[in-house]
Amino acid sequence: MDENASRKRRRAWYWLLLIPFIGTLWPPFFASEQPMWGSFPFFYWYLFVWVIISAVLTWIVYLATRENG
Amino acid sequence: MNWTAFIVFLILFLFVTGLGFWAARWKKGDLNLLSEWGLAGRGFGTVITWFLLGGDLYTAYTFIAVPALVFGSGAMGFYAMPYTIVAYPFVFMAMPRLWSVAKKHGYVTAADFVKGRYNSSSLALVIALTGILATMPYIALQLAGMQAVLSAMGIGGEFPLIIAFLILAVYTYTSGLRAPAAIAVVKDVLIYVTVIAAVVIIPAKLGGWGHIFHAAATALPLRKPAPGALILGPKAYTAFTTLALGSAFALFLYPHSVTGVLSSSSRQVIKRNAALLPAYSFVLGLIALLGYMAIAAGLHPKTPTLAVPLLFLKEFPSWFVGVAFAAIAIGALVPAAIMSIAAANLFTRNVYREYIRPHCTDRQESRVAKLTSLVVKLGALIFIVFLPNTFIINFQLLGGVWILQTLPAVVFGLYTRWFRGAALFVGWLSGMGVGTYMAIAQSFKSSIFPVDLFGVTVSAYAAVWALAVNLIVAVVLTLILRAVSQGETADLTSPADYEATSAGV
Repeated sequence: MDENASRKRRRAWYWLLLIPFIGTLWPPFFASEQPMWGSFPFFYWYLFVWVIISAVLTWIVYLATRENG
Repeated sequence: MNWTAFIVFLILFLFVTGLGFWAARWKKGDLNLLSEWGLAGRGFGTVITWFLLGGDLYTAYTFIAVPALVFGSGAMGFYAMPYTIVAYPFVFMAMPRLWSVAKKHGYVTAADFVKGRYNSSSLALVIALTGILATMPYIALQLAGMQAVLSAMGIGGEFPLIIAFLILAVYTYTSGLRAPAAIAVVKDVLIYVTVIAAVVIIPAKLGGWGHIFHAAATALPLRKPAPGALILGPKAYTAFTTLALGSAFALFLYPHSVTGVLSSSSRQVIKRNAALLPAYSFVLGLIALLGYMAIAAGLHPKTPTLAVPLLFLKEFPSWFVGVAFAAIAIGALVPAAIMSIAAANLFTRNVYREYIRPHCTDRQESRVAKLTSLVVKLGALIFIVFLPNTFIINFQLLGGVWILQTLPAVVFGLYTRWFRGAALFVGWLSGMGVGTYMAIAQSFKSSIFPVDLFGVTVSAYAAVWALAVNLIVAVVLTLILRAVSQGETADLTSPADYEATSAGV
């Protein structure tokens, strides 16, 4: 495969990075008390879970687009 | 006066002071070069960059102000979480490009890049000045954070603050960016220890998380002048979202963030850090919850900024109060040092070398930067000693609005040369005007501004409104200038520069 096509293919992974924006910047998804996780209202534990999801997505994109140096 | 806490505090403080002076000899480089003093030779690997950026972005003020906001208004204060979640995917996309082009051309500041990209010193100058102006109150607020813990320990007056800052000024002068990088390791470890201890010990003492959330849900709706809420209400959605988004984009436009990014040793270091820095965001969320713990503990601080220091005093044993307060105070030193270095880099590169002495030697350049870092810190000290804290907080609010106005020139510039420099300049000016007007019109009470859009009132972060105006002006003017083939300037960078790796090819 030539250099250009492989670069394009790697670029496609970057779309994954938009997911955290959708997940955390649209309050209607999570501005509620239920379902609770233990004593934690949904609003709070949802955001904590997204910290992890976002970090994992970023790591996946890092691995998939790894370059030299 | 809490002696046990004070002695622990003092030992830790003296330890990091020693570290600050030792740092001059770490990763040996010629500190008479600006890229060595001000960027530590672009040599920091993944781990040090993680500590440095963590120490740089999650400041003493953050640890005091975020829980204070949550203490006062509840869910709204949690905009800090989406803010620090979405900041990193953005860093992953944009910052490696900035690193590459800066490495290739020897840029030390974002304004250097703008100068090269648009071949316009006036656009670079306003980018630099915006950065310096936005940084000044930020440094002063670090001092305010330190003052909060000192006064909670029973140490009054400005004298101790002045001493602490003078020491900081001297080792920043001698060691440059290496000093805050070394100290950041200690600071971040102390912060993690403190926060983990806090979320384990305090809820147990207060009767569990259920009780904490219940106390918050009961107390928040009674807050004056504006009631708070445990769960974000629909009316607050746009404010929450725009605050998070605007702050996330602003975060890495601040000069101290750029300095942290450019001091890393490769694109990969930045990308790895984009995935690893969210560890701090998780901790920030826990810190925000300290605001609810303060409510459940029945604290009634004179100002909300004292909520966290008072909570620690009430719930921790004395010696650990010393550790926790040292974490916050050292958490003020690291960003204050990096911010003053970043402001010094901007002044030296984009004002002194551009307008005052274009032919200065490298040695003179780094000397001016060192002196400027002293002046900047002195300025911040004068702020905090002579001006009321509300003035600085208002100024900081404006700083956040202003810094976002550099986004079109800097971030869009990393991807496209479609915009004309002159159009970006006028766009910047419009954004600054609109943003400043909105903040003043709200009497600085809030950074949220209501705008009537087609019959619907939308309340959003003033910085985001200002950015919208900025962008519209820049796009329209560019279209006009392109249509009449005017205002074309050279581009000193080439597309390959933005992808270049540390190998230099």
